[in-house]
Amino acid sequence: MSSRLAAITFNTFREAVRDRVLYNLIIFVLLLVASAPLFGQISIGLEKLILVNVGLTSISIFGIIIAIFIGIGLVSKEIEKKTLYTILSRPVRRWEFITGKYLGLVLTLVVNAVFMTIGFFVALFIATRTFTRDDAGLLLAIYFIILQFFIVTAITLLFSSFSSPIFSAVFAFALFVIGTFAEDLRNFAALAQGVTKWLATGAAWLVPNFSALNVISQVAHGDPIRPQLVLFNTVYALLYSVAAMAVAVLIFERRNLK
Amino acid sequence: MQTPALEILGLAKSYAVGFLRKTLKPALQPLHLAVEEGETFGFLGPNGAGKTTTLKLLMGIVFPTSGAARILGHDFHDPDIKKQIGFLPEQPYFYDYLSAPELLDYYAQLCGVSSDARRKKIPELLERVGLGDVGKTQLRKFSKGMLQRVGIAQAIIHDPKIVFLDEPMSGLDPLGRREIRELLQELKQQGKTVFFSTHILSDAEALCDRVAVIHKGELRGIGVVEDLRSKTNARTEVVWQGSGALVSIAHLVTETHATGEIIRAVASAQDLDMILEKLRQQRAQLISVTPVHGTLEDYFLTHTSEPETVKA
Amino acid sequence: MKGRRKSTTVAVLLLIAAFTGSVLALHQVDTIRGKQATLEEVLYIPSGKTLKRLSLGYSSLLADIYWTRAVQYFGQKHQQEALHYEMLDPLLDITTDLDPHLIIAYEFGSIFLSQPAPAGAGQPEKAAALVEKGIRANPTYWRLYFTLGYIHYFDRKDYKAAREAFQKGSEMPGAYFWMKVMAAEMAQRAGENSFATEIWSHLYESTQDAMVKDNARQHLTALSMEREIEEIQRRVETFRQRTNRLPAGWYDLVRAGLLQGVPVDPLNNPLKLMPDGTIQVADPAKIPFLTKGLPPGWKRPVKHQ
Repeated sequence: MSSRLAAITFNTFREAVRDRVLYNLIIFVLLLVASAPLFGQISIGLEKLILVNVGLTSISIFGIIIAIFIGIGLVSKEIEKKTLYTILSRPVRRWEFITGKYLGLVLTLVVNAVFMTIGFFVALFIATRTFTRDDAGLLLAIYFIILQFFIVTAITLLFSSFSSPIFSAVFAFALFVIGTFAEDLRNFAALAQGVTKWLATGAAWLVPNFSALNVISQVAHGDPIRPQLVLFNTVYALLYSVAAMAVAVLIFERRNLK
Repeated sequence: MQTPALEILGLAKSYAVGFLRKTLKPALQPLHLAVEEGETFGFLGPNGAGKTTTLKLLMGIVFPTSGAARILGHDFHDPDIKKQIGFLPEQPYFYDYLSAPELLDYYAQLCGVSSDARRKKIPELLERVGLGDVGKTQLRKFSKGMLQRVGIAQAIIHDPKIVFLDEPMSGLDPLGRREIRELLQELKQQGKTVFFSTHILSDAEALCDRVAVIHKGELRGIGVVEDLRSKTNARTEVVWQGSGALVSIAHLVTETHATGEIIRAVASAQDLDMILEKLRQQRAQLISVTPVHGTLEDYFLTHTSEPETVKA
Repeated sequence: MKGRRKSTTVAVLLLIAAFTGSVLALHQVDTIRGKQATLEEVLYIPSGKTLKRLSLGYSSLLADIYWTRAVQYFGQKHQQEALHYEMLDPLLDITTDLDPHLIIAYEFGSIFLSQPAPAGAGQPEKAAALVEKGIRANPTYWRLYFTLGYIHYFDRKDYKAAREAFQKGSEMPGAYFWMKVMAAEMAQRAGENSFATEIWSHLYESTQDAMVKDNARQHLTALSMEREIEEIQRRVETFRQRTNRLPAGWYDLVRAGLLQGVPVDPLNNPLKLMPDGTIQVADPAKIPFLTKGLPPGWKRPVKHQ
């Protein structure tokens, strides 16, 4: 089992790496990060702040775009091109297939984030000529961004296990936006009454909470992040991803593939 | 008695169609057939007959509306038995970013073939299917014929006992077809069970021990090729001189061909006496009377033109 | 299909366990971050204008979200009877930057800000500034002037500023007529006699309503009395400067040529000249709306109409 899972994971990774689209996006991000020092010229003293904000936000947003963009094709492309047929005719379980795809994409995103982080720190060094203790916080912010990738990839696969690529992209993106405002949803649920209250409360806990995983502003201002937050955010992100993938597996196992 | 390599026990599939998904459109009526180990079995039918549906059901790509199947004695959905199954889908497409050796390596890994075995077998197999010199070329650069060969290779890289092929000759030029035919004969010699669907009858005639004919989701006939051939109405070719005589028997013959005064026509054996009598009356001069062997094509056409309920 | 049943069971169990676990973990995360976690970022937003540009045209929606957060924030602080509402002003500032036409943010937000702690933020200056920002963006919306006037009057006790606000607002389309009344009231409290008289005269002339007319007349009478008292006060001062002493009675002033006779109030009762030189009316209760010439500490009884 694990060798099959590993094989599919690695193959998914290999596919993403050989897909030229990925390189274009990476180059774009690197350009963005490289141009950050220019922003610093406009507002004196805020150079590092702006660079951190732009850099981390780019890594986050582009990672999520890549996650959704590639994620929607992972399953649908295999069905459309019928490559899935020759996979299913082998001892591969359907759950192994979709989980392998998930792990492969997550691996791709992590590697991608590593390269972007290196680029980011290079830009930071060019701009500020030094590293301070606070910069460890930057790594923590990137770790949280990677946790976001875990969740986004899982929900993208969940949707693409049953709907077409375009709808999957739309739903996944919508869920990401809603998840960013998850706490406002909770506020709304607190104010609402009756049926609306129950629905809103349910939705508020069901929706992935991305605002908890976004510490870019804090880190940009050098504020420390509590270790317990790191622990529970990690647990949350992993468990949520597992839950989403479990649903994806349940759906995919029952699907009649064309 | 040995367990059949493949037993299809009433597999059926209907699709819900229509706006409200209320109507059921049957793609495959309950199918019963068995294939013995070592047989090369042909699954014939026109396009849309249900051949691909049957294969998809057997592979677990779609789920049956009813019925079951057993492969090598195991439930057809048992994942472990798939180590013994090879499958080549119709008009296959493979990961175009991989090279042929990479693809085979990946697929073999998924079947549990050890890395030593892979290292040894893959170059051999590529050689055998005529792809010995493709090296690291990515599959996106392969021609259709080359892809078909890769397809066969991936179907047998893990040395399965039974191989399922959906239209293995499609898109190949005559040379390619001959090579694939040879490969299939090799498989047969190795004692593998081969189940392939096709609508090219000459291939089926040449390779198969038994065939089944399927039309509009229903099994129309099954049996040894020879038997089926002879089941069709025997026909006779009649050649005579005297074009004037044609008129009186035109309704009894087909495939008339005239070269000057010499007429050649084909008629069914039972009408032969009547034809000869008529020709004699017209004072035509008989040249030859020759029986024409039934072909599988005749059998095929007969059973796929009108709706009928035929059992093997 | 035994295999599938097994994996289905595993998947369902995993789903339940993982989801429950995730909810628990999220709960912990919430606790650690604190109740207004989302608002931390408010401190880091350089300006609402930047945020508006970033919101790609959806600023109005974002404004609504920030307004909701402001309300939530205020509600929680209010419940806790907090003394400091630090983030209220920044939140309202961002909200109104995102949507300058979100009137309720100005109206209610300024009330939250101006109310003294712990009921509100106790920042009437900030409240006034917020409403002025709203007026700049919505110059003809008369209610904002009313809100501003109210803040100046009630929380800041700046009657002149209140009069200005009410007066300007009364000129805006759709303004209720009592904006003028409020302006006049404020003018009187601010000691701006001429403004008050002007407004009341205008009201007296323009209104058809008998009660309003009567009310205006009474105000004008009081104002006229106040002017007179002020004038008499000036004459008393002139006398004192000339003679170095305060007049003993009205006749001193008459003999000095500063008055024609004994001054009377609208009811023809003579005014009283007190020993300390101040003027008083005989019975202030009979002259409604009079704010000058009252005995010290005298409170007008509340009329029940």
